[in-house]
Amino acid sequence: MSYLDDPSKSSPPLLTADSSSQAKTLRVPRRDFLKTSATIGGGLCFAAYVPELAARSLKNSPANDVSFAPNAFVRIAPDDSVTIIANHSEMGQGIYTSLPMLLNEELEAEWSKINVEAAPVDAAYNHTVFGLQMTGGSTTTPSEWERFRKMGAMARLMLVDAAAQKWSVPASQCHVEKGAVIHSASGRKANYGSLVAAASLLKPPADIPLKDPKQFTLIGKPTRRLDTPSKINGTAQFGLDVRVTGMLFALVARPPVFGGKLGNFDASEALKIKGVRAIEQVPSGVAVIADRFWSAKLGRDKLKISWDEGDNAKLSTPQMLADFSRQSALPGTVARKTGDAAAALAAAAKTITAEYDVPYLAHAMMEPLNCVVDLRADSCEIWTGTQFETIDRANAAQVAGLPPEKVQIHTTLLGGGFGRRANPVSDFVVEAVHVAKIAKAPVKVVWTREDDLAGGWYRPMWHDRFVAGLDAAGNPTAWTHTIVGQSITQGTAFAAYTINKEGVDSTSVEGAADILYGIPNLQVDLHTPKIGVPVQWWRSVGHSHTGFSVESFFDEVAHAGGKDPYELRRQLLANQTRMSAVLNLVAEKAGWGKPLPTGHGRGIATHFSFDSYVAQVVEASVEKDGTVRVHRVVCAVDCGRVVNPDIVKAQMEGGIIFGLTAALKTEITLENGRVQQRNFHDYQMLRMFESPEIEVHIVPSEVSPTGVGEPSVPPVAPALTNAIFAATGKRVRRLPIRAADLVAGSGAGS
Amino acid sequence: MTSFFLNGKPVTVDDDPSTPLLWVIRDSLGLTGTKFGCGMALCGACTVHLEGAAIRSCVAPLSRVSDKHVTTIEGLSPDFSHPLQRAWIEVDVPQCGYCQSGQIMSAAVLLKEIPKPTDKDIDEAMSGNICRCGTYSRIRRAIHRASELAIEKRPS
Repeated sequence: MSYLDDPSKSSPPLLTADSSSQAKTLRVPRRDFLKTSATIGGGLCFAAYVPELAARSLKNSPANDVSFAPNAFVRIAPDDSVTIIANHSEMGQGIYTSLPMLLNEELEAEWSKINVEAAPVDAAYNHTVFGLQMTGGSTTTPSEWERFRKMGAMARLMLVDAAAQKWSVPASQCHVEKGAVIHSASGRKANYGSLVAAASLLKPPADIPLKDPKQFTLIGKPTRRLDTPSKINGTAQFGLDVRVTGMLFALVARPPVFGGKLGNFDASEALKIKGVRAIEQVPSGVAVIADRFWSAKLGRDKLKISWDEGDNAKLSTPQMLADFSRQSALPGTVARKTGDAAAALAAAAKTITAEYDVPYLAHAMMEPLNCVVDLRADSCEIWTGTQFETIDRANAAQVAGLPPEKVQIHTTLLGGGFGRRANPVSDFVVEAVHVAKIAKAPVKVVWTREDDLAGGWYRPMWHDRFVAGLDAAGNPTAWTHTIVGQSITQGTAFAAYTINKEGVDSTSVEGAADILYGIPNLQVDLHTPKIGVPVQWWRSVGHSHTGFSVESFFDEVAHAGGKDPYELRRQLLANQTRMSAVLNLVAEKAGWGKPLPTGHGRGIATHFSFDSYVAQVVEASVEKDGTVRVHRVVCAVDCGRVVNPDIVKAQMEGGIIFGLTAALKTEITLENGRVQQRNFHDYQMLRMFESPEIEVHIVPSEVSPTGVGEPSVPPVAPALTNAIFAATGKRVRRLPIRAADLVAGSGAGS
Repeated sequence: MTSFFLNGKPVTVDDDPSTPLLWVIRDSLGLTGTKFGCGMALCGACTVHLEGAAIRSCVAPLSRVSDKHVTTIEGLSPDFSHPLQRAWIEVDVPQCGYCQSGQIMSAAVLLKEIPKPTDKDIDEAMSGNICRCGTYSRIRRAIHRASELAIEKRPS
């Protein structure tokens, strides 16, 4: 029995009949979004002017009685303070700074007067493309690029009109500067705060022209993050920091095997722990509710539980590796076919074959999952760091037995997300609502690190098998790529948009079926085994495996043909202007071809994802005991027009460390269906002493912004393993990199 | 009952003396700047100062701090003007920010012991603190910058 065969048995459905209108709004699949987002600023219609919502928020908040709220995204108070309502979650990617930059480029308020507030759940805050309130897919800036500027411009135009009417002058004679409307001819000036009442009486303009980018004063300038001060003094509020009057704490004992069911449990010892209030079954396991976290933890440790483990108790990683490899030799469902790869292989002067493996990976955000729920007879209030407000609300409402509009979600800061907090079945939210039913008081459900690592929803394990054919001159003429791994969207509402009628999940083959290299005969096919391990998007999604396998095998092809890996990339990317530019820039900045210290090697990789172009060069060496040293990473990126260059650099740096951690450190493995990793001692993160020097170079661009949070992750692992090959002659074909594969005499890979 | 000094103020709590200090600070005393990341002294998110030394509060029993002085991120400086806090803003270190209280508390002890640390000193002092967002290069830069700020501030 596969977990994915019938997800409704393990978890509630994604969207219920009650929320079908939301399901219907989810029209644009991820893949199409990636294709269309380049034109995102085009003709989208925004439901941004929401008088009911503005009126409601004014009514609910007495302090705002006299505020000017021209739309759902900005509010100006008489004291000149500007509140920008962020409909996307801040999880480190800097959008609580870049969204205000977009809005204020047009509003031109004083930057120091700007505050940011998380949006409530409301259709007004839906993603401009996905039609759900959510954060993911590196889409915040691309999808809000036009809307946030328009919302700022709308407010400015109304403030100018208010001042012009007051002064009886034409609006065209007024301009704005640092939060004030100015009529130069008469020398009059009015701060925005003084215009709040008058502007509130005006109708929003029908036509909202935007600045010519040449006039930008904020967009494109390195600007300090607005959230930094709160993050250096302990005042930043993450979900785990939320406190509600009368709140209890809970931990849940979950089955040791995915899909396991509760047999019976003995709570007698656990109930003796001081502070433990209640212990009861919930659908996901056994909840221990106590006055404090620590009492709940001690209570859970004392529980005696027997589980009905089910078929997943047979799962083991070595068996799965063998199964995947065997499957990869068989033809799969075709995801891309150009030319005739079989014929070209038969005619090739030389063929090479290689197989690659990457493991399940946990997101391991520093803030473990948590959720506070205050469930009442006719309302449900939720505080959590989530990426998926609309879906969480629909799922919570179903469990609470309330209509979605009776469920409020307060989005806190996220102590990391990486995709885990965008769960298609809202696992951590739904469970907390179940616990709240028992607690009969506000309750905070906390996951420990052990719960997090063993809790599933991983990046899938993948196996990639390649065959390439080369002509007599060493140029690749054929490329076949067979991918084996679980679908992350099968069984969810997203499947309708991601899985085609042949059964290919676009998120399984992204970065492989759409490679940019000009190889005349190309075939990519896919096997999608059903395995009872819950899987999910993980920073850079499908690209997190295809980046590694495609760019490593490309390196193998270059060496097999006697070509320089950089030169062969140049040659086969000749028609790809933007990728060629980042490739050449990174090679130049990294000093490609220049001498290196003895024992060091350079590796290069490119990857196109989330509509952005990234190339990286890694310089590395390997010690006698197989320890890998990463000395330097040089990264070039073209992500369209840059809103905040320092944030783009920070995201590249962070993605590189995230990718290096996957390359060097982490894997989730199973034995008898049990996850073998427990905490940061056996699921290790890259640390300060292993952290390389990182240099980021941004290619200037005037096209609309594209993704930034994820695209630096995919190329770093192959750039590193290609560097290891250059340094040692050993080809790494499985991650994480193992010292044993690299010590002198090991036959691995080569 | 256990009494100790938290950020200079005397406090008394009735938690069991075996309760980890982290949960006493967060749940009983309501200071949430100190974070939970692993519960096994592996990630450093819960770093506080005990009599001026950096400790992992997630594994320190309450009994260990009886009558002693504990400092958390909230008490590092009265107005958030510690050179590390200023440098962290200047370099814009945090991304998600969850680990940064612990990073700053570890760095504060380093700078107290070694006012002008080398990269190697930083590696040694800071490798117990994990940052999943990968801000290590900025933490390094900010520690060097804080060292300069602290030296500039001192009367010659």
